Amino acid sequence: MTSRPEPDAAALADHVLDVVGGRADATVSVQRVSDGLTRFANSFIHQNVGDEHTLVTLELVNNGRPAAASTSMVDDASLARLVEDALTAASVRPVDPNWAGLCPPAPQHFNGVHYDPDTTAVGPDERAGVVEGFVEAGAGLESAGYCQTTTVETLLVNSLGQRVSDRTTQAIIDGIHRDGRADGCGSVATSSFADLDGYQVGSTAASRARAGTDPIELAAGRYEVVLDPRCVAYMMDFFSIYGFNARAVQEGRSFVSVGEMQMDPSVSIWDDAGDPRHFGPSYDSEGTPKARLDLVKAGLTVGVTHDRRTAARSGAASTGHAVPGGASMGALANNLFLGPSSTAGVSSEELVAGVQRGLLVSDFWYTRVLDPKTLVVTGLTRNGVFLIEDGVVGPAVSNLRFTQSPVAALAPGRVLGIGNDASLAPGGLHFSWNHAPSLRLEHWAFTGTASG
Amino acid sequence: MMDEAVAAVEAALGAGAAYADARVMLTRSEAMSAQNAEIEDMRRAESTGVGVRALIGSSWGFFAVADLSPASVRRAGERAAETAKASARVAGPALELAEVPSVVDHWESACGEEPLSVSLSEKGDLLVAVTRASLASGARLAQASYRIWDTDKAFASSQGSRISQRIRECGAEMSATAVGDSETQRRSYPGIRGQYGTQGWELVRSLDLPANAARVGEEAVALLSAPPCPEATTDLILGSEQMALQIHESVGHATELDRILGWEAAFAGTSWLDLAQMGSLRFGSELMNITADATLPGALGSFGYDDEGTPAQRVDIVRDGMWVGVLSGRDSAALAGIPAGGMVRADGHDRIPMVRMTNIGLLPGPHSLEQMVTETSDGILMDTNRSWSIDDRRLNFQFGCEIAWEIKDGRQGRMLRNPTYTGISPKFWGSMDMVGGPSELTYWGTPNCGKGQPMQIGHTGHPAVPCRFRGVRVGVR
Repeated sequence: MTSRPEPDAAALADHVLDVVGGRADATVSVQRVSDGLTRFANSFIHQNVGDEHTLVTLELVNNGRPAAASTSMVDDASLARLVEDALTAASVRPVDPNWAGLCPPAPQHFNGVHYDPDTTAVGPDERAGVVEGFVEAGAGLESAGYCQTTTVETLLVNSLGQRVSDRTTQAIIDGIHRDGRADGCGSVATSSFADLDGYQVGSTAASRARAGTDPIELAAGRYEVVLDPRCVAYMMDFFSIYGFNARAVQEGRSFVSVGEMQMDPSVSIWDDAGDPRHFGPSYDSEGTPKARLDLVKAGLTVGVTHDRRTAARSGAASTGHAVPGGASMGALANNLFLGPSSTAGVSSEELVAGVQRGLLVSDFWYTRVLDPKTLVVTGLTRNGVFLIEDGVVGPAVSNLRFTQSPVAALAPGRVLGIGNDASLAPGGLHFSWNHAPSLRLEHWAFTGTASG
Repeated sequence: MMDEAVAAVEAALGAGAAYADARVMLTRSEAMSAQNAEIEDMRRAESTGVGVRALIGSSWGFFAVADLSPASVRRAGERAAETAKASARVAGPALELAEVPSVVDHWESACGEEPLSVSLSEKGDLLVAVTRASLASGARLAQASYRIWDTDKAFASSQGSRISQRIRECGAEMSATAVGDSETQRRSYPGIRGQYGTQGWELVRSLDLPANAARVGEEAVALLSAPPCPEATTDLILGSEQMALQIHESVGHATELDRILGWEAAFAGTSWLDLAQMGSLRFGSELMNITADATLPGALGSFGYDDEGTPAQRVDIVRDGMWVGVLSGRDSAALAGIPAGGMVRADGHDRIPMVRMTNIGLLPGPHSLEQMVTETSDGILMDTNRSWSIDDRRLNFQFGCEIAWEIKDGRQGRMLRNPTYTGISPKFWGSMDMVGGPSELTYWGTPNCGKGQPMQIGHTGHPAVPCRFRGVRVGVR
């Protein structure tokens, strides 16, 4: 057995292509990951983990019959087995009538936008320093959360000659402070570890937790709301998977109808992997280079996300949104932005000032789809809800259950204001991080209190 | 594999760990999916590596590498200890470990028909045939899939345990979706998450997907024109598949000791349960008996030893309606002053083991589904989970099902669409007055339970029977 103790991504990929030879059309992806994550709870670090691995994925097509295989073993024998496994699988399956061919050679539009070499050198000591700042900011409050640093090097080659590569880094601090049963949250996600200020993020979380004590119970019903960026980013995962995904549209499962005014004219939604405020690679899992894609322009639905299969079905071009396993999932946007279509947005204080009676919501929790087509979802609030009266934030409110379509909530005429506080925050289905501002919405349907 | 695990443990000890263990894993997996009589995706995967855990003071350090060369394995052990040491900057009380015996053993799950040896063409033919049948019955989208995992593990601890295991898991699922003007309706079989177990391909054969393919298609279409579930407070009968979800979300997660201790507060959440009340708190009616049993043959949450080397065992969680037990590992059990529950697992060599449900199930009772229907004058029967949402303390839930039927005067009547119900956990479980019998028991398997950071996908089992609950709020939208 010949081993490669320090596998070079390009050499690995070329080697696998060579082993496939002329027996099939092939795409080889190599992903090298170095990940470190420091978790804290009850105000101390309790789990501190790291992982390094290389993953080689082969997708090949033999006479119209595709199959895929992957391995974390990079010795010659394992790579030969990878190829034979995929060839064997392809040989016994029926022809795939939806196979859309390999990605042809195409240049990347950007590269290395989300890479910070200093972040690659960060270890558990530096992450512990960020956690220390977060915990200290609570000044005695109970804290929990994590700090993560990740470096990913990727390379994709195929037998048509497409060859793309990228390097990305991520650095995240995300946590809560707790004052009794009142939680407040804060997070920063970026490509550069130097941007993480644990104390500042912890201060935000702590002030929200302190403001959330002694909540009042509020009856269920429709309330005007100001949703923090975290709430809006949370809902954008649902847009990506159930909405703008061309496969969902083609199968009649999506609310999306291109050419219709489906959202308020003040709102635009787009996907842009090249924007430095986001993170992730510059090409998709089929090798198609990513570029900015408008999905909603001033309320008008103008686009959907395609991979090569859905694009072929629609007579369109791939938009670079293929994901691993996409033959059954479809094409997904994972660099989403929501923002004002014309004006610059206003401060969150100005959004609140316009509300006569409503709710300021910090975060959502455990939200799931009741109907994919209307995108009615149910979930709960978390990490702080506050009553707004006469434009002033008042007492904390106990958590509420909601049953609401976020599409309907953003419908024409229902967006009353957009904040200038956009930030990257986690999506509600753990699919992606999304960039979103605060939104003031005409109403949000709360269908129960957390106590019953 | 064991040599590499032992070398990693020795390296961690040499670097200062007070305790260390290591798992070397080799996992082979296969998955295939079909839609509308076409194979859509077929993939195989192989992964290997070692994950080393080192305990120093109040923190676990963990490091994983895929490269199993001697130098790489040693380095993983050292990095695990170094990572644990770094935690001292934000330290807490030192962790202790509950005692477990040192074991040298090998364990394998029973497997009748090697799932990876069944021909791909046979598997593909099955998926194509059942989706074709669902499609023919009127569904717009007919989907079917199977997944197989074959895992070898070698575990070594600094306390002398040397345990090897081989666990084979597989299962399958199918669904039919009908698309209307304003909504979609879906029917799944055997359930929304399919049915999975620590068994061979005989499990998939026993599901008899072909016999159910047309029915799910017809029901999906019929649901589009069915009346909606009314908004009411009424008696609710749940089929066993939905009961599995109910148990998973409102009992399984609520009784995870790491949640109760606050270790998952930021991400997965906490629990409404207070450890001081264990033994004296009423969780549900006297018919409620829940166990965590990792020894059930063929169930998805079964194994010989958990990923800390603790033997599989059965632990009472709720007995006669009283909360009496938790899901624990060695560190959390030591803090709680109880024996280690043997419920710590990781989803791969590259993830740190954490408290995980084994087979959390409701013991059968004295009734039957037929009896529940007969003895209900006004109520609703719901089955097959469709949506699930529960608060971060696992107290307030709202669940939706794919299908429901009206119950009037002891008879199952018309079909209802978009059924949902909501409740508060102890009040809901306290209203349970009928529990299905042993002949209705199914070991449901859930292969997609997310928890932890980085996220881990756990495989859990949920033995369940149909049950009746009184005075439940339904039809919430």
